[in-house]
Amino acid sequence: MSLLPSHMRDFMVVPVCHDIQINGQTIGLHDSGVLWWPEESTLVVADLHLEKGSSYARRGVMLPPYDTAATLEKLAAVIDAFDPARVIALGDSFHDMGGSDRLPPAYRAMLTTLQLNREWIWVTGNHDPIAPVRLCGETVDEITLGALTFRHEPVEGINAADGEVCGHLHPAGRVRRFGRSLRRPCFVTDGSRLVLPAFGALTGGLNVMDKAYETLFERRRFSAFLLGENRLYPFTASRLIAD
Amino acid sequence: MQTGLLPPRFQTWFQSRGWSPRQHQLDLIGKLAEGKSTLLIAPTGAGKTLAGFLPSLVELDSEAGRRKPGSAGSKGVHTLYISPLKALAVDIARNLEAPVAEMGLKIRIETRTGDTPTHKRQRQKVNPPDMLLTTPEQIALLLSDPASEQVLRSVRTVILDELHALVTSKRGDLLALGLARLRRLAPNLRTIGLSATVAQPEDLQAYLVGQPDPEHRALADLVEVKGGAKPDISILDSGERLPWASHTARYAVEDMYRLIKGHQVTLLFVNTRSQAESIFQELWRINEDTLPIALHHGSLDAGQRRKVEGAMAAGVLRAVVATSSLDMGIDWGDIDLVINIGAPKGASRLAQRIGRANHRMDEPSKAILVPANRFEVLECQAALAASEDGDQDTPPLRKGALDVLTQHLLGLACAAPLDAEETYNEIRSCETYRHLSRESFDRALDFVATGGYALKTYDRYARLKLDQNGHWRIANPKIAQQYRLNVGTIVEAPMLKVRLVRSRAEGRRTPVGRGGRVLGQIEEWFIEQLAPGDTFIFGGEILRFEGLSENEAQVSRSKAQTPMIPSYQGGKFPLSTYLADRVRGILSTPQSWQRLPSQVREWLELQQDKSRLPDRNGLLVETFPRAGRHYMVCYPFEGRLAHQTLGMLLTKRLERWGARPMGFVASDYALAVWGLGDLQTLFSSGKLSLDTLFEEDILGDDLDAWLADSSLLKRTFRNCAVIAGLIERRHPGQEKSGRQITVSSDLIYDVLRRHEPGHILLEATWNDAAEGLLDISRLGELLARIRGRIAHTSLQRVSPLAVPVLLEIGREPIYGEAMESILSEAADDLVSEAMSK
Repeated sequence: MSLLPSHMRDFMVVPVCHDIQINGQTIGLHDSGVLWWPEESTLVVADLHLEKGSSYARRGVMLPPYDTAATLEKLAAVIDAFDPARVIALGDSFHDMGGSDRLPPAYRAMLTTLQLNREWIWVTGNHDPIAPVRLCGETVDEITLGALTFRHEPVEGINAADGEVCGHLHPAGRVRRFGRSLRRPCFVTDGSRLVLPAFGALTGGLNVMDKAYETLFERRRFSAFLLGENRLYPFTASRLIAD
Repeated sequence: MQTGLLPPRFQTWFQSRGWSPRQHQLDLIGKLAEGKSTLLIAPTGAGKTLAGFLPSLVELDSEAGRRKPGSAGSKGVHTLYISPLKALAVDIARNLEAPVAEMGLKIRIETRTGDTPTHKRQRQKVNPPDMLLTTPEQIALLLSDPASEQVLRSVRTVILDELHALVTSKRGDLLALGLARLRRLAPNLRTIGLSATVAQPEDLQAYLVGQPDPEHRALADLVEVKGGAKPDISILDSGERLPWASHTARYAVEDMYRLIKGHQVTLLFVNTRSQAESIFQELWRINEDTLPIALHHGSLDAGQRRKVEGAMAAGVLRAVVATSSLDMGIDWGDIDLVINIGAPKGASRLAQRIGRANHRMDEPSKAILVPANRFEVLECQAALAASEDGDQDTPPLRKGALDVLTQHLLGLACAAPLDAEETYNEIRSCETYRHLSRESFDRALDFVATGGYALKTYDRYARLKLDQNGHWRIANPKIAQQYRLNVGTIVEAPMLKVRLVRSRAEGRRTPVGRGGRVLGQIEEWFIEQLAPGDTFIFGGEILRFEGLSENEAQVSRSKAQTPMIPSYQGGKFPLSTYLADRVRGILSTPQSWQRLPSQVREWLELQQDKSRLPDRNGLLVETFPRAGRHYMVCYPFEGRLAHQTLGMLLTKRLERWGARPMGFVASDYALAVWGLGDLQTLFSSGKLSLDTLFEEDILGDDLDAWLADSSLLKRTFRNCAVIAGLIERRHPGQEKSGRQITVSSDLIYDVLRRHEPGHILLEATWNDAAEGLLDISRLGELLARIRGRIAHTSLQRVSPLAVPVLLEIGREPIYGEAMESILSEAADDLVSEAMSK
């Protein structure tokens, strides 16, 4: 199924993943920033922040109104490539509570088409604590499938939540080489917990060396998978630098 | 001399001081009396400021009976004085008090800057002073306030100080737009521009007056004070070895110290903050007499800077090491020597700095140039010759920026409902916006209203709405509040506080204490390149970077002798076209070398012997192998910015020819590209001719392709987006925590490029970059100049002239292929590390 003719896409999705184990469960990390769990035919995407542009515009800051389109186009391409039976949107799918209501009709139709013939789960987030309006899908605070639990905000404490898959933090990693440094969104994991990067087009990132991660991972005992073009770049924490 | 223009009490005052009014001061009174706007060009020490104020003092004095100064219900402000520095406005107000009191004039003079308390600003609106001394930003704020119109309608004279400096930046654009509005409020107002000598006085004359007709340029009158004594400039003749590529001039620090000792007060000018830091530190290292030597640059804590300025004015300092933060303005009294360290960059720039010494116009200023390396010797020599010829190379007037226009339009709408047609004509009356098309204007207005997007989903959130009279009105009072928070065109690079803490070396994991002193502020990008444990110089000390905590960089004192991180960033200004031409002239005429130090002469002779000399109008390209790589070095002398752009473009093109380029480095003088492919054979076999490589069409598709992902352009975009109010300004004291919440300007840029490539802010970004960071026009001129005149020399090893630029590798950022390769290299490293176990 394709929503967009191929010439309109400026990215290519090759459904090849980087396999890792979380809480004993083998899952795939994809360079688009989604998680792919073949056994469950489940695709997980975090922090879409749809309608972020209009959320700012309401306050008089006229950000480009194209974030929703960009995010949905990319999501469509990923869903097209994996054709999952189930999609989990891991919270902050809309930038604010009115976001789903403001969704322009064309994008609503696009999203609805994406939801056809598959199970769709909206996990609530701090930006969207309530179910989206006029959209299909089931809304839950968290969901457990086998050894993995999917929720938006991580539970505090190192090793406090084995098998937790979450978003919320918008992790980004910075590496330095030859005096130049580069910052990219990334997955972060210590093998028991996994934080997904933010998928939305206008979402920033929080460096994984920030204090916020200290309550989740033991210092320097985690890995980050930086998103690159058609591949992921794995780094151990010791290779990463702060902002 | 016709002193008839001067009322008796003014004449008496001059006589009582043993002075007589200067001709240009009288001329200015005469011009203003005829209602003519006038540009005054005069050297430092010519009594320029007094000349600017005299016409207003005389006028106010003669009107004294009719106006009731200071009383409620007075007509409003008579004279606005606008200075680029708020400190200068305050200083001038203080200096005016004495003559006004001595002459017994009943004139109230007040300042209004960002530091003026709110109650005083409020009072100024109700009960305005006769003369208001202020800054461009305050003018914009006043104009956006509906209550100010009454105060400004009465303005008769606007004095623009340091006009040559103001017009080169976006602040000049903002001020030009403000002047256009002032002219509409007070149609009879006259302007006075005060300026140092410039290359094109007509540009400033046109800036000062309203342009009635887009095809024909109207000019203000000109009063020019010629002469002043020729400065006494020399190049330091050091016995030390001249470095090949250093930027610190550390070799000459003993010489500088001797010079400081031999003079009363010395001002040492450098180009960058890090040069200032390094020289200051080196001077104190050898300061056996503990002479009072101070440091002044823009990143130091404001209190610290005020202290230095105070000490300087009080005459207790023997020397100050300063960046351009001291370039203009305030009179420092008896400086008897200026030492200019490093490259002068431009003839006019140097002249203005030298003018800081000796504020008496008939005595020569004394200056000594200290080149930091061999190429800079040539540049100093060129600047010296230019000074002897009295040549100027100030840049031409800039084209008004579109982001500033959008900010101004919002300000106008805050003041009163705005008629598009009328406003368009008003804006085009500015010389810098004379050629603004109606289409661009409409797009700017559309941007202010709804963001200017083709996709019209924001209409219901519009900031401006059309009322029943067809005028644009702000949608709600909050918009005006937002405007006031964002006014101004100075976008500070994101800064971090530098706080001193206890070292956590020796592997201690204890959290560092909080209470340490704040040493100042430092650019975020600089801290970003540091890893904990790295050392660098700041505030004259070597510091060890301990880590980042929220919006602070925590540092400890280090015992290290030399800092690990060389922090040289070339000055903001590249070598001027004019000086570059003179430098090429010196290089290509061996007869002129006798004026050069013998070390430099020998270096050039060696070049002549081993390779060849660049000629004045062509381009020398050398190729040679070195350590398994192939190098190409060329010498355009067009400044670092143009060279960087050229480097990017050449690497792209060489990549397509299979030359596998790996990186390049650019200096003000030369450009070096290296790669794995054999460039020598590529050129000499005729497979790729140099004419093809340097073909002017390189500025077409290749440029676009590269720009798509250039971080230079993203940084420029951020500035434009802040000025236009698309992203919110970070205000001091505001925490920058929660980075994931804030919208990154890079992401907005990417989204715009993809979905709205014609957006007005992308156009503004492109204009800025082409003019500034990329120096496209200069690059275009270079490519045209060298066509058919490229000389290729194939060498076995590096040439003498190429050594300096190759030594820059590791100091200057090296530009290479797409950033993606950093990732794969760093990751591959990890793989090989893992495999070796």
